[in-house]
Amino acid sequence: MLSPAPDKLPSADVAPAQLERGVSPWRDAWHRLRRNHLSVFGGVVLIFLSLLCVVGPWFSPYEYQQTNLDNTFSPPSAEHWLGTDQLGRDLLTRLMYGGRISLMVGLVATFVALTIGVIYGAIAGFFGGKLDRAMMRIVDILYALPFTIFVILLMVFFGRNIILLFVAIGAVEWLTMARIVRGQIMSIKRMEFIEAARSLGLGTRRIIFRHMIPNILGPIIVYTTLTIPGVMLLEAFLSFLGLGVQPPMSSWGVLIKDGAERMEEYPWLLIFPGTVFSLTLFSLNFLGDGLRDALDVRAAKD
Amino acid sequence: MFRFIARRLLETIPVLFIIITATFFMVRFVPGGPFDSEKATTPEIRANLEAYYGLNLPLHQQYFNYLKAIAQGDLGRSTKYASRTVNEIIADKLPTSLQLGGLSLLIALILGLTAGTLAAVKRNTKIDYTASSFAMVGICVPTFVLGPLLVLIFSIHLGWFSASGWYDWQDRVLPSLTLGIVYAAGIARLTRGGMLEVLNQDYIRTARAKGASEARVIFKHALRGGLLPVVSYLGPAIAGILTGSFVIETIFQIPGLGREFVNSAFNRDYTLVLGTVILYAVLIIALNLIVDVVQVWLNPKLKFE
Repeated sequence: MLSPAPDKLPSADVAPAQLERGVSPWRDAWHRLRRNHLSVFGGVVLIFLSLLCVVGPWFSPYEYQQTNLDNTFSPPSAEHWLGTDQLGRDLLTRLMYGGRISLMVGLVATFVALTIGVIYGAIAGFFGGKLDRAMMRIVDILYALPFTIFVILLMVFFGRNIILLFVAIGAVEWLTMARIVRGQIMSIKRMEFIEAARSLGLGTRRIIFRHMIPNILGPIIVYTTLTIPGVMLLEAFLSFLGLGVQPPMSSWGVLIKDGAERMEEYPWLLIFPGTVFSLTLFSLNFLGDGLRDALDVRAAKD
Repeated sequence: MFRFIARRLLETIPVLFIIITATFFMVRFVPGGPFDSEKATTPEIRANLEAYYGLNLPLHQQYFNYLKAIAQGDLGRSTKYASRTVNEIIADKLPTSLQLGGLSLLIALILGLTAGTLAAVKRNTKIDYTASSFAMVGICVPTFVLGPLLVLIFSIHLGWFSASGWYDWQDRVLPSLTLGIVYAAGIARLTRGGMLEVLNQDYIRTARAKGASEARVIFKHALRGGLLPVVSYLGPAIAGILTGSFVIETIFQIPGLGREFVNSAFNRDYTLVLGTVILYAVLIIALNLIVDVVQVWLNPKLKFE
């Protein structure tokens, strides 16, 4: 738990020389995180991959959709570091370009899930009682539903539009976030500073968003980090079934699908995208686990 | 317990009703109909086809007819394969998917429980680290990467198992393993966590103090409590295995219901889509109910409420 919020620490306006230097909870968590080598490794890999995907395509001599039928299925070489595909397109360029899409889907859809989950969970936790029971029962029921099936139906029926992809995935992945936020809100609801805020006559919305949410940022951050791999996995799953991102655009899921179809003769088409994708999931999971330990979030533990 | 089950069953009725209604209208309102792909259907043939499937009736009429038919267990006729009913298609394809799911779950449980228990008992040894990294790999390598890789190694290079089909046991090894490993990883992590928590408790010390053998302590006393997190994970795991089989059936070309479902959505096969969605919903809800009952049975602290 991280209370009080960092910006309300007394050490901010007390002369620091007089007191023993206060360490903010965030700085404390940062120190703990830095000692966790696997998490640091995960973070470094993520930064490297994101930079590579965002900046890389500008330096590539090839375009992602540029075909070269004289040079199809070229194995990794000096001109094409990771080889080329069935249309002679450069795999490295497509991998970087696809990474942009995959990472973007991961971030945007997670943001959708985060927004729904936090608002829903905060309302249920804050008001409690019958409303809470009804709202949480709905979450329980939704947990038991074959949601992937609905996402598949949506994608088939309403054209494979990337905005719809964000919303559909986000709408599926908010449930656990709602549960965690509700639990956290309930645990701080009776604390004095909330009482104080209420007696000052602040409105409900202001209390929830200005006073409660900043105090439960720890669990929210941890769980967000752990939602991103789930979201990216779902996008790749849909793309693998041919329901996600459409050619000539690519995402890691699309590249893996193409690679899997031709792996017998041209294994690098599967191995490179598969490795990069797995490495990303690996890093996100390690970073999330490390953050969970560093911020000491008990509610989100297995 | 009887009341608990009865109440949960009652709760299922409105849920199923909402699923059926939502899917029914979603399917009807999407652009494109089931007879669009047929080449050059004359207006007369089209009208006849629509009359045959009752698609010319007012929408609410179609809806009530459909509800009436489902109440009698009849899921209607496929709009793609006119000679077959949805019930027949399901009866034909479902056993394959259930077999794949069952084998995968079995593999997941055997591998996951063994690895998790070993890791907890031999905490912070090489065995623990090996099991835990194996679990991390299982969590981070998705089925659609793992499957093709296993085919590349065990089918193409070593030639031990076959890469597609569903006829004999050699066809079954790789698909079940691919789907099972992912959930084995989750189960291993949860088992390790659950066991570690239980092994520190007083009643385990008591059992040891009374001279119970190590095996007895672990299997008889610890495992029952240590399994709790695993059991609550089984609900989502089963749902995941069922939908995960869509990809597995595509990779390994298995003639199961998952592949049929994805195809039916592409074909706008209204009745088959509806039938499969309802079936999967019923299956998942029923399995979740069983998981909940087992959970309370394992943990006397929980009560049926």
